[in-house]
Amino acid sequence: MTMERNDTEIATRTLAVVETWRDAEGPLLPILNGVQKEFGYVPDEALQVIAKALNLSRADVYGVFSFYHDYRDRPAGRHVLKVCRAESCQAMGGDEMADRLREALGVDWHGTSRDGAVTLEPVYCLGLCACSPSAMLDGEVVGRLDEERIGEIAAEVRA
Amino acid sequence: MSLIQETDYGTPASRAEKQVTLTVDGKAVTVPEGTSIMRASMQAGIEIPKLCATDMLDSFGSCRVCLVEIEGRNGTPASCTTPVGEGMVVKTKSDRLDAIRKGVMELYVSDHPRGFGEKAGTGASEFDHVISLVGLAENRYGVEGRNHVEAHGGIDGVAPGHGSLTIDYMVKDESNPYFTYDPSQCIVCSRCVRACAEVQGTFALTVEGRGFESRIVASMDENFIDSECVSCGACVQACPTDALREKAILEKGMPDRSVVTTCAYCGVGCNFKAEMKGDEVVRMMPYKAGKANHGHSCVKGRFAYGYASHPDRVLTPMVREKITDPWREATWEEALARAASEFKRIQAKYGRGSIGGITSSRCTDEETYLVQKLVRQGFGNNNVDTCARVCHSPTGYGLNTTLGTSAGTQDFDSVEAADVMLLVGANPTDAHPVFASRMKKRLREGAKIIVIDPRRIDLVRTPHVEAAYHLPIKPGTNVAILTGLAHVVVTEKLYDEAYIRAYCDWDAFEDWAAFVSEPRYSPEETARVCGLDDPELIRKAARLYATGGNGAIYYGLGVTEHSQGSTAVMGLANLAMATGNLGRNGVGVNPLRGQNNVQGSCDMGSFPHEFPGYRHIAIDPVRKIYEDLWGVKLDKEPGLRIPNMLDAAVDGTFKGIYIQGEDILQSDPDTKHVAAGLAAMECVVVHDLFLNETARYAHVFLPGSTFLEKDGTFINAERRINLVRKAIEPRARYADWEATQELARALGLDWNYTHPSEVMDEIAATTPTFAGVSFDLLDREGSVQWPCNEKAPLGTPVMHINGIVRGKGNFVRTEYIATDEKVGLRFPLLLTTGRILSQYNVGAQTRRTGNSAWHEEDRLEIHPHDAEDRGIRDGDWVRLSSRSGETTLRALVSERMAVGVVYTTFHHPSTQANVVTTEFSDWATSCPEYKVTAVQVSPSNGPSEWQLEYEDLSRRTRRMANVEAAE
Repeated sequence: MTMERNDTEIATRTLAVVETWRDAEGPLLPILNGVQKEFGYVPDEALQVIAKALNLSRADVYGVFSFYHDYRDRPAGRHVLKVCRAESCQAMGGDEMADRLREALGVDWHGTSRDGAVTLEPVYCLGLCACSPSAMLDGEVVGRLDEERIGEIAAEVRA
Repeated sequence: MSLIQETDYGTPASRAEKQVTLTVDGKAVTVPEGTSIMRASMQAGIEIPKLCATDMLDSFGSCRVCLVEIEGRNGTPASCTTPVGEGMVVKTKSDRLDAIRKGVMELYVSDHPRGFGEKAGTGASEFDHVISLVGLAENRYGVEGRNHVEAHGGIDGVAPGHGSLTIDYMVKDESNPYFTYDPSQCIVCSRCVRACAEVQGTFALTVEGRGFESRIVASMDENFIDSECVSCGACVQACPTDALREKAILEKGMPDRSVVTTCAYCGVGCNFKAEMKGDEVVRMMPYKAGKANHGHSCVKGRFAYGYASHPDRVLTPMVREKITDPWREATWEEALARAASEFKRIQAKYGRGSIGGITSSRCTDEETYLVQKLVRQGFGNNNVDTCARVCHSPTGYGLNTTLGTSAGTQDFDSVEAADVMLLVGANPTDAHPVFASRMKKRLREGAKIIVIDPRRIDLVRTPHVEAAYHLPIKPGTNVAILTGLAHVVVTEKLYDEAYIRAYCDWDAFEDWAAFVSEPRYSPEETARVCGLDDPELIRKAARLYATGGNGAIYYGLGVTEHSQGSTAVMGLANLAMATGNLGRNGVGVNPLRGQNNVQGSCDMGSFPHEFPGYRHIAIDPVRKIYEDLWGVKLDKEPGLRIPNMLDAAVDGTFKGIYIQGEDILQSDPDTKHVAAGLAAMECVVVHDLFLNETARYAHVFLPGSTFLEKDGTFINAERRINLVRKAIEPRARYADWEATQELARALGLDWNYTHPSEVMDEIAATTPTFAGVSFDLLDREGSVQWPCNEKAPLGTPVMHINGIVRGKGNFVRTEYIATDEKVGLRFPLLLTTGRILSQYNVGAQTRRTGNSAWHEEDRLEIHPHDAEDRGIRDGDWVRLSSRSGETTLRALVSERMAVGVVYTTFHHPSTQANVVTTEFSDWATSCPEYKVTAVQVSPSNGPSEWQLEYEDLSRRTRRMANVEAAE
C-alpha cells in the first residue's frame, strides 16, 4: 500500500491512451494495442496504470496481456522478423530456412540481436501458404524464402 | 472422532422453485430447475469424476472428465455445464465414457509428477482420487518431451511465449507463510483463479499465456506474498491437486479426525473444521455448512491458529507479592487460594464494592455468564464490565432506544437481497473479510454502495467494485452527516409514510422530522461541518439510499467509538425507520461486531446495570429470578464501568479485579491512566493466554485456554449462536469456565457445572430471548439466531418483521455536538485508528503467527501534503503526540487519507497508540472516543520517553524467579 505515483513518463503516456478508450465497450484490448504502439512494447508499469484506471486487478490485466503473443514485454529490435512455423511452411522446408535465418542474424527465437538490429519471432501462419515458406519483415510479407532472400533480409536489417 | 468429509456436489445449488425429475443410472431424482446433471447425480448418491468443478464455484467445463451420456442426445456432454431436463435419462457409466475419462486422465498424468514416478504432495488430493475413480493404471504417453515437471530437460519445443527456448518448469513458490504453490502439480483447471474471483473477490490470480504455456500466476507473475493475494485460503481449498497446499499438511501429513467449531477472531463467526492429527491441529478448514461463512475464510481464521501452541503461552499459574517482584510459578490451588483470600481481605478492609471483574468478548457465552455471576453472586456487587464497553456499547444503547433490541436486525445472507448498502465507519475488507467478500459479490451483481468514512477504504474502489458515493467526512462528524442525510430524506419527502404510520411512533417521527428539517442540517451546512467539498454528494447519497430499493446499513467502530457514538447509532436507526428499510430481507441496521463474542458478552449480562438479556438490575421480578436461583440477595444499584473502576482505583476505593481475557492496558484509551489505576490496586488477577501488557500489573496470573481447548458458544454479529467444540484438551489443565468455577469455589460458592451445556441451560431457563436454546438444539441445527423461544423455536434470522420489537419504532433527535477534542495550533491533525487484515486487535494472537509477514509494525498513514509540510518521507520515524501523551512509529505516506487526518493501527504493544488517545467517551455508554484525537506529527529519531520507560518496566515486571538448580 505504498504510494502509487501517476506522474512518471510511462504513467502519463499510458493514461493518455487509457483516456482515449476508457468509455469504449471492452476497453482493455484497444488500450493494450495503443500502449504497445506508444512505447513499442507494454511496460510493466503501464499494466499497473491500466489496472488501476480500469479498476481491474493487476492479475486481470496481466492475464489478458500474456494471452496475446503480439504484445511484447520489452522493446523489440529496430526490425521485427516473423517467420512462419506452421504446417505448409514446414512442408516446404521452412525449418531449414529458419535455421539459416537464425544463423545469419545471430539470434534465436524471441531474441533480439545484440546490436539491437532485429527481433526474430515465430508465427503460426501468415496465410501465405501458397508462397511457403514465408515470413514477414516489419509488416511486409516475404514469400518463397530461400538462400538469396535470406541474404537480402540479413543485409536489410543490418543496414 | 473421525474426519468430517463434506459432500462436494460439483456445482452450486439452484434456487429455482420449479422441480424437475430425471433418471441417473436408472435412479429417479428430483431437483430444482437449473441444477446441473453433476449435482443432481451427486444428490442421488452417484459421484461423477470431476476436476475443474466444485460446488463453491460456478461450473466451467474445462477438465473433460465429468462427461455423461444422455439418451436421445449426441456426444458426451459435460455434466457440470449441462442443466437437468424433465424426463432426462442420464448414464454416468459406460465403456465409452470409461475410455474417454481414462484417456483424459492419462494425458494429465503424463505431465504430472505422478507420471514421473515422483512422490510429490500428499497423495490424497482430489486428483489422486479421480485417478482411482476412473481406474487409470497406465501412462502410455511416457514422460519424454516437453513437460512442466522436470527442472532440467524437456526443452526441445519452441515456445511462442516469452523468452527464447521454453523452460516449462517453474520453481515452487514458498513465499506465503502458510501455503506452497508447486506449479509442477498444477493442471490449470483454474479453480483457484475462480475461487479468488467468485468467492473472495480479490482477483489476484490469473492464467498466464495460453496452450501448453498456460500457467497459474499471482498478479503479474509475482510471488504470492508480493502479489495482490490476501491469503484467504480459498484457492488452496479449491485446488484439486497438491499444487496449492497448506505447508502444515505437507510437513505433518493429512489429518485423521476433525470437529466443527467457530473461529475466535472477528464478529463474523465463521465455522471451521478443526482438523487434527494426533493431538495437534494441522489445519483449519472452512465449513461449508457454516451459516455465517458458507465455506469461506480469511487469513486469520484459516491460518493464524499457531498462537495456541506458541512457546510464549503461560501454562502454569503464577503469583507474586508486589508487581516489582519476579513471578513465581504456583499450583492452581495455591494461585486460586491466593486470589480468593486477597479478594476477601480487600472486601473486608475496603468494603464490598472495592473489587470487580471484567468479562471478555473473546471467551464463550458460558464463561462470560460465569464471570458476571461470580461478581454478582460471589462479590455481592455489580462491578462487572466487558471490553464491549470500548467498542459496541453504543450499539446496544442506540438500537435498544430506537428499535427495542440491542443487536443487528439481519442475518448476513440478507446482503444478497440488498440493493443499496450504506457503509459507515467500518472497513470490512480488513476487519470482517469474509463478510466483505459477500458484500463485494453482491456489489458485482449490481448493488450500489455508499461509503461514509474519513479514509478511502478498499470498498471505495477495489477491483470490480466501486462506491457510488464516498463521503470522506472529518472524524467526529458522523452525527452531522447522518442528520444531514435525514434532512434530505425528510425535506424531499423520500420517507415511507405508510411504513412509519404502521410501525413507528408518528409523534416521535413528526418531532424528529421537524428537527432534521432545520436549515442548520441542510446539505450545505452539513458539508461545511463535515469537511466535504460538495453538498450535492449528500443529496445524491440520501436519494440513493431512500429510493434505490432495499437499503441496508452496515456500520462499525467508526460509528460507536465517539463522544456521540450512541447518538450516531440512533441516527442510523432513524434513517432505516424513516425509509421503511426494516423487517424484511435485504435491509436493516447491522453492526459489524469487532470480536468473536462481543454480541454474546453483551447478551450475557456483562454490564454493571444489566442481567443477561439486557434486563435492568433494578427490575425486581428479574432480580428475583436470579436471587431465587443463586440463593443470595443481589445488589440493585448499578456497579462500576471499566473507566470508573480505574478512576476509583486511582482514588483508592477500588482495590482488586479479576480480568478474564482482556488486555485493558493495551486496548483501553489513555494508557497512562489505565496503568495508574492498575498500579493502585492490591490484587490484580489476570486470566489470559499470554503474559499480556495488563499482566505487568498483576499479582496472580491464571493461564487461559484457547477456543480449541473448550466447549461453549460464541454469538456473532447476526445474533447467531455458534457452537465451539473442544478439539484438544486444555493445555493448562482448565478451560476458562472451569478456572472461573474453581475461583468461585475458592470464594466459597457452591458451583458444580460439569459441562458448559449446563451453563447454557441456566441461561436458557433465566433469559427469555434464549429460552429455546440448548446445546442439543445447536448441535442439531448447526446454529440459531436469538431470539430463540416458543415463538421462534429455530431462532430469528431477520428481526422486526411485521412490527418493531419495541412496539412502535422511536425516532430520536440527533443533535450534533462537536467533540471537545478539537484541533488547534498545537495539535492540528486528527488521528483515527483501525485495523489491518492480517492482524487482530492488540495482536496478542496474530503477532504470534506467520501473519506478521504482512504487518510487522504499526505505521502512521499520512497524506502527502501533511507529510511534505513536515518534511516527512515514506518510512521515516515520526513522533505522534497528543495532549495525553506521545509515541513514535514509522510513517506511511498515502493518498487514502484526507488532508488533516492521520491513521494508525494498534496491533503492536511497542507502538502503544493508546498512549495518545484521550479520556473522552460516549455520553451514554462511556465507550471511548478512539476515533478522534487531535495530534501533531513531527520527524523523530527514535522511541519516545514513554516507550523507553515502558521497555524498562516491561523488563522489570516480566521477570521470573530463578528456579534453584537441582543438585
